[in-house]
Amino acid sequence: MASNAAVPFWRAAGMTYITYSNICANLVRNCLKEPYKTEALSREKVHFSISKWTDGKPEKPTLRSDSPEE
Amino acid sequence: MLRRALGLLPRPIAAARARSFSTDLPAAHTADATFMEAWNKVMPNMDPPKTPLSFMHPRPPTPSSIPPKLTVNFVLPYASELSTKEVDMVIVPATTGQMGFLPGHVATIAELKPGVLSVHEGSETTKYFVSSGFVFIHANSFADIIAVEAVPLDRIDANLVQKGLADFTQKLSSATTELEKAEAQIGIDVHSALNSALTG
Repeated sequence: MASNAAVPFWRAAGMTYITYSNICANLVRNCLKEPYKTEALSREKVHFSISKWTDGKPEKPTLRSDSPEE
Repeated sequence: MLRRALGLLPRPIAAARARSFSTDLPAAHTADATFMEAWNKVMPNMDPPKTPLSFMHPRPPTPSSIPPKLTVNFVLPYASELSTKEVDMVIVPATTGQMGFLPGHVATIAELKPGVLSVHEGSETTKYFVSSGFVFIHANSFADIIAVEAVPLDRIDANLVQKGLADFTQKLSSATTELEKAEAQIGIDVHSALNSALTG
């Protein structure tokens, strides 16, 4: 029925709601005053290790700790 | 043959009307009788395990008269800001504009945009800036507000907001792809909402 409803500009640009929501949250966190800002950014840090597999065998895993920007 | 078909027709419609919607039924709180019997036969001395449904509090039924207070649950991914707090009114920044919810409000689901959420209790108002999220108001005057990030207004740094606004306005003018333009536009929206939250 409402299949031609106006989509939000971010969805028209190919972004999903989750990406939009996370970008908004990151921007808000970056505008906080000092002790709260470091606390919020450290809360959202992710640490993960990636190992690529080639020929059915895993290679050496790499540890990444990307800050939450994308 | 036709008459019999006509006779069959009204019956499924009447049956559908008689069945209530799942949201109106109270959650069944009692343990399953057949399970209890089977358990007692095998393990009469041990208490049966509790199922997830028995841990969950069923949503209180919709009262017949409008309750005096709105019960608010305001949660973030990492903390529960307000938990079944009784308040008089909440004003949320929905994508369709600032919406105020009083007790007895019709059941609504609203998507939030970056803006100020204010909780009014008696004569005091607590304001938070929420980045985005959803609000679910249920028919029994329970409001569930979920936000990804919500901060009290005094934790926002005005200088960083101004700087961010200037940055993103500049990024918008220099953006090339649709995605960059969208990101810059989001930046402008969020920072101008932060700005009006601080000044308004």
